[in-house]
Amino acid sequence: MTTALSIPLEHVFFLAIILFLIGAFGVLIRRNIIFMLLSLEIMMNACGLAFVAAGARWAEPDGQIMFMFILALAAAEVAVALGLVVQLARRFETLDIDRAEELNG
Amino acid sequence: MHLLWAIPALPLAGFLILFLTEGRLPRSVVSSIGAGSVGLAALLTGYVAWQFTSSDSSEFVSSSWTWMIVGEFNVSFRLWVDALSLVMVSVITGVGFLIHWYATGYMSEEEGYSRFFCYMNLFVFAMLILVMGDNLLLLFLGWEGVGLCSYLLIGFFHKVPEFGYAARKAFVVTRVGDTFLIIALFLIFKQVGSLQIQEGLTFARESMPDPATINTIICLLLLGGAVGKSAQVPLQTWLPDAMAGPTPVSALIHAATMVTAGVYLIARMQDFFMLSQTAMLCVAAVGLVTLFIASFTALVQSDIKRVLAYSTMSQIGYMFFALGVGAWSAGLFHLMTHAFFKALLFLASGSVILAMHHEQNMFKMGGLWKKLPIPFIAMLVGSAALVALPLTSGFFSKDAILLTAWKNSPYAILFWTVAVIAAFLTSLYTVRMMVLTFFGKPQSEMHELKKESLWHPSRIRTVVPFGLLAVLSIAGGWMGFEFTSDLFGDKGVHAEFHFDPIALLTLGIPFAGVVVGYFLFASDLVDRRKIIKNRLSDLLSKFWHSGWGFDWLYDTLVVKPFRFIAQTRTNRNDIVDLFFKLIKFLASLFHHILSMFQTGHVRWYAFTMVGGLLLVFLAVVWI
Amino acid sequence: MELSLYLFYISAAVAITTAIMAVTRKNASHALIYLVVTLLSIAVIFFLLGAPFAAALEIVIYAGAIVVLFLFVVMMLNLGRSSVARESQWLRPGMWVLPAILSGVLFIVFGYTVLQTENSAMIEGQVVPPKEVGKVLFHEYLLGVELAGVLLLAALVGAFHVGRRYLEERREN
Repeated sequence: MTTALSIPLEHVFFLAIILFLIGAFGVLIRRNIIFMLLSLEIMMNACGLAFVAAGARWAEPDGQIMFMFILALAAAEVAVALGLVVQLARRFETLDIDRAEELNG
Repeated sequence: MHLLWAIPALPLAGFLILFLTEGRLPRSVVSSIGAGSVGLAALLTGYVAWQFTSSDSSEFVSSSWTWMIVGEFNVSFRLWVDALSLVMVSVITGVGFLIHWYATGYMSEEEGYSRFFCYMNLFVFAMLILVMGDNLLLLFLGWEGVGLCSYLLIGFFHKVPEFGYAARKAFVVTRVGDTFLIIALFLIFKQVGSLQIQEGLTFARESMPDPATINTIICLLLLGGAVGKSAQVPLQTWLPDAMAGPTPVSALIHAATMVTAGVYLIARMQDFFMLSQTAMLCVAAVGLVTLFIASFTALVQSDIKRVLAYSTMSQIGYMFFALGVGAWSAGLFHLMTHAFFKALLFLASGSVILAMHHEQNMFKMGGLWKKLPIPFIAMLVGSAALVALPLTSGFFSKDAILLTAWKNSPYAILFWTVAVIAAFLTSLYTVRMMVLTFFGKPQSEMHELKKESLWHPSRIRTVVPFGLLAVLSIAGGWMGFEFTSDLFGDKGVHAEFHFDPIALLTLGIPFAGVVVGYFLFASDLVDRRKIIKNRLSDLLSKFWHSGWGFDWLYDTLVVKPFRFIAQTRTNRNDIVDLFFKLIKFLASLFHHILSMFQTGHVRWYAFTMVGGLLLVFLAVVWI
Repeated sequence: MELSLYLFYISAAVAITTAIMAVTRKNASHALIYLVVTLLSIAVIFFLLGAPFAAALEIVIYAGAIVVLFLFVVMMLNLGRSSVARESQWLRPGMWVLPAILSGVLFIVFGYTVLQTENSAMIEGQVVPPKEVGKVLFHEYLLGVELAGVLLLAALVGAFHVGRRYLEERREN
C-alpha cells in the first residue's frame, strides 16, 4: 500500500525547523509558565516530526519508535511540570516564572 | 592442604564482627568472639606447625591475590611461612590467646569492652600479616596496622588527656622509624626490582654489587625502622609512656609481639645485613646502648609498669645485640622466651594493679605476697626467667646470646662486659621490684577482693593463662635453642655449653645480682636513707629516672622549635600565606563570575541554552 | 497523487500558523485550542508520510491526553480576565526583539545545514504499519521501552510527591 506521493525530505525538515523555532521563540518571550510549557510541547513535536520524516525516507519503523519515546518523555515532563505549576500558583500567587528566582546565586 | 590463610582471617573476622556490631553484643558473646577467634587461630597454628615439621618443604605458601600492579611493580596478597615466621606466628597466636583470655577478666569492669577486643583482634590480624606477608609491602601494611592498633589501645581510656598524649607520642615517634623503613623499601625496590622478600634475599646473596655501599644504606634504614618499632635508642622514648594502655595491651603489644617486630625485620632481612659489617656493628651497638640505658633507668622507677617497660626495652636490646653479633638463632630464641615471661610478668602486675585500686606506684604496695598468692607466684616465676636463673627459659636464651657474643664478636670483651653488667642490673631491678611489691610492710589499703568479680586472681580466666605462661617461662627453654637454630641453617652460629670460666661467670651473674639486690633493698644491713640523701646518688637517680634525659632532649630539640614555628603569632602573613591567599582570591573570583550565571531566571537559562545551541550549530557548519 | 502533496503543504501551513497563534495568545484556553489544531495537522502529515501509527498516537495521546491535562490545570487555576490583562502587560513589543533575532539566526543556520546535504531525497510515503513498528519496538528497542517505563513511573511518583506536599500545606493552613 502506498500513497505514491513524493515529498522532498528537506521540506519536511524545514517545517520541523520552523515549528521548533516558533516553540523556542515562545519559550523566550513568555513569562507565564503555562505558555512556556506549551511552547515546549511544540518544540518536542517538531523533533518528533523530524524523526518520523527521516524514518519514512527509508521506510523503516525506527523513526516512529523514536517518536514514541519522545511521547513518553513529553508525558512524563508534563506530569511533573504541571505539578510544579500548581505549586507555583499556590506559593507565589502568580504564574510569573520570573518571580520564582530563589536560586539566584 | 594447609589452612594458612585462615590464621589471619580468624582475628580479622572477629574484628569485623565486633566493629560492625559497635558494642551492641552482650559481654559474654564479645569475650567468646574476641578471645575465641585468636584461640582458634592458635589451634590452627599448632596444626600448621605440625604439618610443617612433618613435611619436607621448608616453606608454606598460600594462594595469592593480586593487590596492585603498576607497570612492573607487582604486589600480591600472599602468605609465606617458613620456620622463622612460624615461630613468630606461634608466639603471636599462642601468647596472644592467653592474654586475650586473661583480658576477658581484666577488662570486665571497664567501659568499651567490645571496643577493646575489636582493637585487639585487629592488632593480632595486622601482626600476623606483618610476619606472614611474602613481600615487603605486605609487611609494611602489617607494620603500620600494628602501629595504628598500638595508638588506639594506648589511648584506650580516652577520657584521660595524658593517655591521649601518650598515644600520640607513640604514634609520632614510631612514625620517624617508619619513614626510614619506607625509604629502605624504595631503595630495595630500586636495587632488586621487586619487593618480594625471597627475591630480595636471593639478590643480596648472589648479585649485590660490591662494595655494597647501597646495601649498607639499606640496612641502616631498615635498622632505623626497627629501632622505632622496637623502642631502641634513640627512638625509645615512647615505650614507657605507652604503659598508659590497659595492662593486657602492654603485655601483648608492648612486650610480647609488636615491639619485637624490629627484631623480626632484621632477622628476615638477614642476607642483607650479613653483607655489611658496618650495619651489623650498628645493630649490636644500638642493642647494647639501649640495654645499658634501659637497665639503669629501670633501677630507679617507682611505677611497676614502667619498670617492666624499661625491662622490655633492655631485653629487646639483648635481641638486637644478639642479631648484631651474628647470634641469629639465639636472638630469636630470646624473643620467644621473652614473650613468655614478660607477658606473664605484665599480666601478674595487672592483677596486682587491679587489686590496688589502679595504683601503680610500687612504694605504695608492699607485703602483698600473702594476700595475692597467685600473682605473686606468677611474678616470681616470671622474674626468675627474667633474671635468667638456671633452668628457666631466660637462662638458656640469655646465656646463648652472651656466649655467642664472647666467641663471635669483633669487640668481644667490650661487648660482653657491657652485656654482663646489664644482666647484673637486670637481676638488681627485678629483685627491687619484687621486694617493693610483695615484701615488707603494706603501704596502703588494698581493694577488697570479691570472689564474684571476674578479674579475681583465683578465677579460672586468670589462673589458666598464668599457669600456662609460667610453664612456658620455665620449660620454654628446655627444648633448647636448636629449635630456633635450625631456622638459619649453617648461617647462624651455634653456641654449645662448655663449662669454661666464661660460661661459669654468666651462670653466676644472676645470683650475684639477686644477692646484692637482697642486701640493697630488703635487708637492714645497708642504710638506704643514707644513699638517698647522698647528693651524687640523688642526682644520678633523677637523671636515670627521667630515662637519661631523652624526653627533655627531644622536647628541646624538636618539639619546642616546632611549636614555635607552628604558632600563628610567629608566622602569620608570611610568603607562604600569600600563596594560599592567592588561591583563596582566585577561588572566590571564579565563584563570583560563575554565580553571575546563576540568576534564578528560567527564561535567562532558556535564552542561554538557545544561544548555546546556536554556537554548536555554527561550529558544526564552519568547522 | 497530486492531492496528497497539496494536503501536505496545506497541513504544514496550518501547523505553522496555529503554532504561531498558540505561542502568542493571551488567553491560555485559546492557546491550547490552537495547539490542538497544530497537533492535528502534524498528525495529518504523519499519516501522509506513511506513519499511521504515529499519527494515531499524536491524536490520542498528545491532543487527547496531554493537552487535556493542560486544560485541567488552566481551569483549576481559574485564569480569568485579570490574567489576560496581565499577559498583555507582560508581552511588551520590546521583549520580542532579541528572541526574534536569535530565532532568525538559528533558522538561517539550521536551513543552511539542511540544504548542505548533497543528495536531496524524496519521501515515497510507503506505509510502515503498526505491526512492523511493534516488532522492532519489542525486539531491538526493548531496553528503551523498559527505560521509558521507568521514566514514566518516576514521573508518576514525582508528580504525586509534588502534589501531595501542596495538599499537606493546605491542610495546615
